[in-house]
Amino acid sequence: MRFILAGQPNSGKSTIFNSVAGYRSATANFPGSSASFTISHALILGREVEVIDLPGIYSLTSSQEIAGTAEGYLLEEEYDLIINVVDASRLGRSLELTQQLLELERPMIVALNMMDEAARGGMEVDRETLSQQLGVPVVPTVGRRGLGLKELFRVALQHAHRGEPALSLTLDREVEGALEEVAELLETNGVDDSVPRRLMAEKLLERDPHFEREVYASLPELKKKVRGVAAVLQKAHGWSADQVISGSRHAVAHCIEDQVVTHHRPKIGWRERADRLLLHPWTGGPVMVLILGGLFFFVFRVGQRFEAPLVAFTDRLAVALATKLPPETLIGTIAGGALAGIAGGVAIVLPYLLPFLIGLAILEDTGYLPRIAYILDNFMHRIGLHGKSVLPLILGYGCSVPAIMSTRILESRRDRRITAFLASFIPCSARTIVIFGLVAAYMGPLWALGIYLFNLLVVVLLGNILARTMKGASPGLILEIPELQIPDLKTLAAKTWLTLKEFITIAWPLLVVSSVVLGILEWAHGAAALNALLSPLTVTLLGLPAAVGLTLVFGILRKELTLVMLVQALGTTHVNTVMSNGQLLTFTLFVVFYVPCVATIAVMAKELGWRDTALISAFSVLLAVVIGVAGRFGYALFS
Amino acid sequence: MMALDTVDVKKKARVIMIDGGHRVRAHLHTLGIHIGDWLTVVERAPFRGPVLVEINGSRLALGRGIASKVKVEIDGGVESLSAPLREAETEQR
Repeated sequence: MRFILAGQPNSGKSTIFNSVAGYRSATANFPGSSASFTISHALILGREVEVIDLPGIYSLTSSQEIAGTAEGYLLEEEYDLIINVVDASRLGRSLELTQQLLELERPMIVALNMMDEAARGGMEVDRETLSQQLGVPVVPTVGRRGLGLKELFRVALQHAHRGEPALSLTLDREVEGALEEVAELLETNGVDDSVPRRLMAEKLLERDPHFEREVYASLPELKKKVRGVAAVLQKAHGWSADQVISGSRHAVAHCIEDQVVTHHRPKIGWRERADRLLLHPWTGGPVMVLILGGLFFFVFRVGQRFEAPLVAFTDRLAVALATKLPPETLIGTIAGGALAGIAGGVAIVLPYLLPFLIGLAILEDTGYLPRIAYILDNFMHRIGLHGKSVLPLILGYGCSVPAIMSTRILESRRDRRITAFLASFIPCSARTIVIFGLVAAYMGPLWALGIYLFNLLVVVLLGNILARTMKGASPGLILEIPELQIPDLKTLAAKTWLTLKEFITIAWPLLVVSSVVLGILEWAHGAAALNALLSPLTVTLLGLPAAVGLTLVFGILRKELTLVMLVQALGTTHVNTVMSNGQLLTFTLFVVFYVPCVATIAVMAKELGWRDTALISAFSVLLAVVIGVAGRFGYALFS
Repeated sequence: MMALDTVDVKKKARVIMIDGGHRVRAHLHTLGIHIGDWLTVVERAPFRGPVLVEINGSRLALGRGIASKVKVEIDGGVESLSAPLREAETEQR
C-alpha cells in the first residue's frame, strides 16, 4: 500500500507525516519547506504502508518549478490513496487544490487539519456536510497535537481497500461544456486515458505547457480545435480560459465553505497582539534586531559557559595520554590525533553548535522567518532582490546546504542564482564555531558581532553588484505569513537532533580521521613540507604562522575542521599564546569567506551547475585573500 | 479604483483588476487573491516596504511592486481586522 500526503504549503502535511513515520522529516513554518519527497514506511493497524510526503503545492497548475515535481508525482506515479491535508482555518482556499486532486479520479480522503486554529479564528466546520459535498471521507485532525491521526489512518486504510476513485466536482455550466467538448476531441483522437480525460481537457484549456507538449506533439491538429473552444469560453466571459476555470473553481470552493462553516466572533488572542508588535512599522525592525541579537548572545553565553570546563578537562586527558604514549612514537601520534579530534568535537564544537541549532529551530517553528522576510523586503529591494530571499540567507546561518536548496522557493532563476551565491558566504554554524571559538573566546563577543556585521555588509555589497549586472525580472514578494505558533518541544528536539546527528555521524568521524592524518603527517615531517608550499599565502600574504596551512586545506572538507586542527597544529588549546589577536582575526576572516565546504559545493553544482559553482568557488578564494589581507593590516593600523 | 499599495491600514477593499502577466496572476490566484475578493490591509511596512493583507482567512505579504498591480475599490467602512469577509464568496464568480 502506498499513501500520498498532498496539500498546500503550511497545511501540516509534514507534521502528520512525522507522527506516523519512523524517522523525522524536517518541518519549518514557511512555504515549500519539503524541498524533496520524503518517504517512510509506517505500521498502520498491523499493515505496512508506504507514506510519501509531497512538497506543498497551492494548485496543480503552479507557476513554481519546485511544485512541478509534486504535480508530476500525483499525475504519473502508482499509489493507492491520496490523503489531502487541508488547513481548516483556510478552508476556501484549500478546497481549490482539493477540487483539482479530486479530478485525478484516484481514491482520496481529506484530513481536515488545524481544527484548533480554525476554532481560534471563530470557525466551526461541519465535517459531515463537507464530506457529502466532496464525496470523500473527511477526518478532522490536529496534527501538531496528534489528535485524530489514528482515526485518519484507519479511514485511509479502509478507503484504500475499497479503492473507490474520487469524482470531480461540477464547475460553471459553460466551463463544463467546454471541458466535455475537449474531452470528446481527446477520445475521438484516441489519446490514452492514463490521466483522466476531463483533467487533461482542463489542462489543455489552461494551456498547461506540459500537457500541450505531450498531446500536441503527436496530434498537432488538435491544438487549433482546443484553442477554438478556449476562445469561445473567453468570449463569453471576457477573460482567458485559465482565469475562467480558476474563477469557477474559486466560486465552487467558497460555496462549499459557506455551507459548511459557521462563523463566530474570533478571539483576538496573543497571536494578534504579538503580530501587531512584530510587524508594526515602528516596532517591527527594532524587535527583529533584539530577537536576532538575543539569539547571538544566547549562543555565546551558553557556549562560553560549557567550553571552558570542557577544554580544561580534555587538556588534562591529553596530558595524561602524552605521558603514557609519548607523541614521538607513531602510536602516540595516532592516539593523540584521535583524542584531539574527539576532544575538539566535544569541547569546542558542541557547546556553540547545540544552542545555535536550538535557537534557529525556534525561529523556524514559530513562523518568525517569513516575518523577517516581510520586514526586510524593502531592504532586500535595495540589494536588488526581494524579501523571500531572506529565508535562504537566514537558513544559511545554520548550514549552507539547506540554504542553497531552499532557494527553490524563489520564482526566477536570476533570484535563485544571486541568492544561492550570497547564501554560500553567510557564516554557517561551522564557521560560527570558528568565529565563536577564536574571536569571541579570545577577543570578546563584540569582535565576533563585528565579524557578522562586516560579513553582512560584504554580502549586501556583493548582492548589489550582482543584481546590477545580472539582468532579468524579479517578480517581487508574494509570501504567505503563517500564524505564529508556540514551537512544539518534541518537533524542536527532533529537528535539532536531525542536524546534530549529521555532525556526529559525518563531521565528527571526519574530524577524528583528519586529526589522525595531520598527526601522522607531522610525525613523518610531511606537514612542514605542505605548509611550506602554502606559506606564500599563509605567511607572506596573511601574516599567519606557517602551521595553519594544512588546517585550511582540511577546512574545505568541513569548516569546523579548521578550528580543531588549528588547536592540534599549534599544539595547544590556548591558541592565543601562539597567535596574536590580529592573526586570529585574519585567520577567522579568511575561513569565513574562502571556498564553501565540499557538501556546499556539491549541492551548489546540483542547483546551479558546475560553471557557476567553479566561478563562485574561485571568486570566494580571491575575496577571502583580499579580506584577510585587509583584516591583517586594518587591525595592525588600529591597535 | 485605486492601487492596493495606496490603501490605508485597516481599510477593506475589493479586488477589481489584476494588472500584469500570466505568472503574477496565476501566483496570486493560487494564494487566494481573485477578482471580486474582499481583503483587509493589515499593515504597511514603512519606506515603500510590502503590504500585509488578510484575505480569506490567511495573511499575505505583497511587495509594493505587486501591490501596485492589484487594483481595488474601497468600501469605506473601517472594520475589525478579523471580521469574517463574507460578501464576495456568495457571488457566482
